[in-house]
Amino acid sequence: MEGVAYSYGEELLSELNLSISQGSFYFLTGPSGSGKTTFLKMCYGSLIPTSGKLSVFGKDSSGWSRDEIAYLRRKIGVVHQDCQFLDHLNVADNIALPIRVSARNSLSDSVNLKELLNWVGLSHRSKALPPELSGGERQRAALARAIIMSPDVILADEPTGNIDWEMSQRLIRLLIELNHMGKTVVIATHDLNLIRFTKASVQARVLRISNKTVQLAGSDL
Amino acid sequence: MASMKNIFLPDRYVNQVVPTNGFTTLLTFLTSAAMAFLIVFSLAMSFAADRLAQSWSDSLANSATLRVSAPLADLESQTEAALNVLSNTKGIASFRLLKVEEQQALLEPWFGPKVPISNLPMPRLISIEEDENGYDRVGLKLRLAAEVPSAVLDDHTRWREPLVKAAYRIWFLGWLSIGLVFFIVISMMSLVTRAALSSNKKVIEVLRLVGATDQYIAAAFVRKFALRAFFGSMLGAFGASMTLFLLPSEADQTVILAGLRLEGFEWSWLIFVPLSFFVFTFLTARIASLSILRSLT
Repeated sequence: MEGVAYSYGEELLSELNLSISQGSFYFLTGPSGSGKTTFLKMCYGSLIPTSGKLSVFGKDSSGWSRDEIAYLRRKIGVVHQDCQFLDHLNVADNIALPIRVSARNSLSDSVNLKELLNWVGLSHRSKALPPELSGGERQRAALARAIIMSPDVILADEPTGNIDWEMSQRLIRLLIELNHMGKTVVIATHDLNLIRFTKASVQARVLRISNKTVQLAGSDL
Repeated sequence: MASMKNIFLPDRYVNQVVPTNGFTTLLTFLTSAAMAFLIVFSLAMSFAADRLAQSWSDSLANSATLRVSAPLADLESQTEAALNVLSNTKGIASFRLLKVEEQQALLEPWFGPKVPISNLPMPRLISIEEDENGYDRVGLKLRLAAEVPSAVLDDHTRWREPLVKAAYRIWFLGWLSIGLVFFIVISMMSLVTRAALSSNKKVIEVLRLVGATDQYIAAAFVRKFALRAFFGSMLGAFGASMTLFLLPSEADQTVILAGLRLEGFEWSWLIFVPLSFFVFTFLTARIASLSILRSLT
C-alpha cells in the first residue's frame, strides 16, 4: 500500500503505507468503525481504494477486471464474523464451494475435503445445514472454506466476535498452524486477550488503525 | 461457451448453488407451457389459413360458373343455347351442367336436406374449367349477352379475392401472434431473472466471496430458467399437438375449426418451438443476469 485512501463520501482511511510480507502474521486493531473491515475489503478486491496504490500479489488494484478480482479471491481466504454460507447447502458442500466455482478436479478435492473437515473438527457435522451449526462450528466451517483452495493469504474479520473464549482459542490455534505452514494471516479484531494469547505462540505484529491511518503498535499489547 | 457447457454438461453444484424457489420455478414452467401452447395454435392457424388461401386461389382461379335464370318455359332452351356458346368458345377445357342433386347439395346448408327444388324456379348452373391459355372473359360475356340474355357469367373474382385476402390476413395475424408471444416470453424471462437475482443477493455475495466469476453465477441462474422454460414449452407444445390431433379433420366441412391442424413437415415445428424457447430464454436470462451482476458491485 502506498498512500492508499478510502472514502465513503467522507474519508475513512488515508495515507496507508504498508507492506505485508509472505508468511507473516498480523493483527489489525482499532475501535468499531475505524476502518478495519474496509482495510480487509480493499485487500481482497471488494473495495477499490479511492486514491493511492494498492498491489496484491504484485498486481495494481486500479487495473483489476471483474474476472481478475474473482481469481484474486481464489488466492485469498476470507473469514467473516457473520460467516456467510449458502443455507440450502450442507457444510461439506459449502466448504467445497471455492473448488466448485473454480472448476477444479473433483476427485482430489473430495480427499482434501475429508481431511479438512477432520482438521477443523467438523467431520461429524458435514451433512448439517449452516443454520444447524453453533457459532464456533460456523467459524471453523468458514475457516475450512477459506483455506480449501490452499490460499497464500488468510484474512479474518472479527472471526471470534460471536464465539466463546474456548472456541476462540481453538480457532486461533488453527490459524497459527496455517501460519506455520507459510500462510500469511491478517486478523481484524479488538479482542486484546486474543492477541496476547496468539503472541505467546507466534511472532505476530499488531497494526492499529487510528486517525484514519495504520500504525504499528508497540510492545504494550 | 462456458455457460453453455454448464447447461448441457451439468455440474451438480451449478444446479445447486441457486436455491430452488418453488413459486418462480413453477411460474416459469407453467408460463412457458401456456406460451408454447399458444404458439403451436397460432402456427396451426397460420398454416391452415395459408392452405385455405392456396386452395381457394388454385381451385377457383381457373373456374367459373354460368348461371342461367330464365322463366321456367325458356329455361331448357336458354340452357341449351348457353351450352352451345360454351362449346364454341376457345380457352375452355371443360364445362358441365350441374345435376339437380348437386344443386340440391349446394342449397342443403341453408334449406336443409331434400329440398324439392324441381318445384322451385331455380336457375341452372354450368361449371366451367378453363384451359392453360384461358378464355376471353369480355368476349364470352358479350356473346352470352347477345345469345343467352338470361345467363350470367360468374368468374368468382368478386368473392375469391376478398376470401384469399382474408385468409392471408389470418396467416399474417398468426405469425404476428407468434412474434408477440415470443416478446412476452423474453419480457417474462427478463423479469423473472431480475427477480431471482434480486432475491438471491446473499447467494451472489457468497459466491463472489469464494471467487466465482460473473459468468459462473449467471450460468447458475440461466441454467435453472432455460431448462424450466424448455421443459415447460415441451409440455405446452405436446398439449397443443394433442389438442390439434383431436380436432375434427379437414374432410368434415360441417364442423367449425375443421382443418385447424398441422400437416406433413409442419409437425416438425413442434421440435422448433421448445428449441426456440430454450434459445430465447437462455439468451434473455444470460444478458439480463450479466447486466444485473455488473450493476451489483
